[in-house]
Amino acid sequence: MTDLATPPETHAHVPLRHPRLPSYAPWLVVGLAAAAAALVGLTLGWSLTGIVVLAMVLHVVGLTVWSRAVENARAATDRLVTSLVWVALTIALVPLVSLVLKVVTEGAAELNGRFLTWSMRNVVGEPGGIYHAIVGTLLITLAATVISVPVGLLSAIYLVEYGGQSRLAGWIRFLVDVMTGIPSIVAGLFAYALFSLIIGPGTQLGLGGGVALSLLMIPIVVRSAEEMLKLVPADLREASYALGVPKWRTIVKVVLPTAMAGIITGVTLAIARVIGETAPLLIICGSTDSVNFNLFNGQMASLPVFIYSSYTQPGTNPEILKGMAWGAALILIIIVMALNLIARLAGKFFAPKRGR
Amino acid sequence: MAKSIDISDLNIYYGDFLAVEGVTMTIPARSVTALIGPSGCGKSTFLRTLNRMHEVIPGARVEGKVSVDGQSLYDAAVDPVEVRRMVGMVFQRPNPFPTMSIYENVLAGLRLNNKRLSRSDADATVERALQGANLWNEVKDRLNKPGMGLSGGQQQRLCIARAIAVEPQVLLMDEPCSALDPISTSAIEDLIHELKSDYTIVIVTHNMQQAARVSEDTAFFNLAGAGKPGRLIEMNPTKKIFSVPDEEATEAYISGRFG
Ligand SMILES: Nc1ncnc2c1ncn2[C@@H]1O[C@H](COP(=O)(O)OP(=O)(O)OP(=O)(O)O)[C@@H](O)[C@H]1O
Ligand SMILES: [Mg+2]
Repeated sequence: MTDLATPPETHAHVPLRHPRLPSYAPWLVVGLAAAAAALVGLTLGWSLTGIVVLAMVLHVVGLTVWSRAVENARAATDRLVTSLVWVALTIALVPLVSLVLKVVTEGAAELNGRFLTWSMRNVVGEPGGIYHAIVGTLLITLAATVISVPVGLLSAIYLVEYGGQSRLAGWIRFLVDVMTGIPSIVAGLFAYALFSLIIGPGTQLGLGGGVALSLLMIPIVVRSAEEMLKLVPADLREASYALGVPKWRTIVKVVLPTAMAGIITGVTLAIARVIGETAPLLIICGSTDSVNFNLFNGQMASLPVFIYSSYTQPGTNPEILKGMAWGAALILIIIVMALNLIARLAGKFFAPKRGR
Repeated sequence: MAKSIDISDLNIYYGDFLAVEGVTMTIPARSVTALIGPSGCGKSTFLRTLNRMHEVIPGARVEGKVSVDGQSLYDAAVDPVEVRRMVGMVFQRPNPFPTMSIYENVLAGLRLNNKRLSRSDADATVERALQGANLWNEVKDRLNKPGMGLSGGQQQRLCIARAIAVEPQVLLMDEPCSALDPISTSAIEDLIHELKSDYTIVIVTHNMQQAARVSEDTAFFNLAGAGKPGRLIEMNPTKKIFSVPDEEATEAYISGRFG
């Protein structure tokens, strides 16, 4: 037996203390790199983009070299990768932030009571409202959701709980993947052709828009719900079966509630994905200046189509309609954000509860 | 109300793989039967055939006969759902339903089967099941808190309460104490002692002392080698198995010698 209290002599002393860069080092390098890049860029007359790119390169190189000199090779690699990740994040955020800023600055001025409660009916040469387009977008998206959620969710349940590895399930998965790639304009044409056959040639109606959008939504709902259902542990299903609960009831009362938070998030993302579709609605819903609450009859306006036609056919007073297009874009973004927020809250609310 | 179980010439397959071969035995009513044997010899597999949970796995099937109180479980006319209501099961890992509170977890077997219960009946059932599982005193003040918020040992006892709330006639337990501390283990062993007056209990365990402490009879499973099917080597009263077993292999396994 070796005595555990005294370590064997053969073990060399391992130092745990090494020189480290101060915690403010990355920020210091950011500042220095920005200053140096600005100096070089301004003297050579570069654009802002050039200066920013140079600053990023200087930052990554500078921090890595400094770390290599003071710390060790592993720490330098760590600094390099960390800075690259931050640079990538910044680059990814630039378009997002500038888009939101642009839409808010252009659109915020338009928002007022009249803008939100008036339609464009009999409005010529003065600012009107986008009430008709908001109503249209909400109704069409609602119709698409009502069609897609049952179809998508039931398909996902079939795939996970019944189909498994069977050939039919394999085909369904393949077709769903193909559906994901359908160009939205084709979905619009399909809905247009469908309702031309059912009702009559040239029919345009809100429900058709719902059908077209649901073609785009269903694959997203199926895929996300399938992933969520697969995450439900087999243990829970077995626990339920072992209590003598039939399979369908296990699915409805155990599997679905456990996966509910994720399914709701998936559905919301699918809605956010289709709510801004323009091309199919242009074909199947047409565009109109008046409010239409009836999904089953008549043309229906929607926010994307309104934005599109305001920009392409601004009429006698282009400035007014272009401004209104920005306002409509802002409203569209707000609706999508609100949906995401609701999904978050619903996710929190339905998530399996832990802790005391 | 407890039932005895007769098993004859049972072969258990996963697809083409024969996992357990030729088991014939009788599990007596109102007593505790322990299943022991090395890892992978098919104890869990065998246990799951006793309430038709085995067939939940795709491709899994059995040959042979299992009858509870004279009724063959694998008869074409038998609904597996009915079998599982009669033969309850506690799993190796505690698996309370994460979306439900402690109270709802205990009632899950009844509620999920859409049994209508009055509020007072439900309360009484919950209290009786939790008392039965030795958990009542620890959770009676937080019945509406999530079941996942309990410790591992408490969760396991919650699963036992859930299993006995539906009043099965047979209770199968697959290593119910393998994740538990000695105090929870002893609470569950006490519980098994109390339950055996009402239930037929079959318990899988890797713990020889536990098998010796809780069971009347012990069945020893072994497998000849990797890829070969597991077999029942011997089944005898626990006292005999642990003192003078019939088979050499049993003696070797129990005393910690192999081969
Ligand atoms: N789902 C499955 N699919 C295919 N083979 C399986 C499956 N589950 C178990 N087996 C195989 O069946 C045999 C018996 O496994 P089983 O789980 O019954 O062993 P066990 O005796 O319970 O072991 P342990 O004591 O480790 O729990 C093993 O060879 C195992 O690999
Ligand atoms: Mg096992």
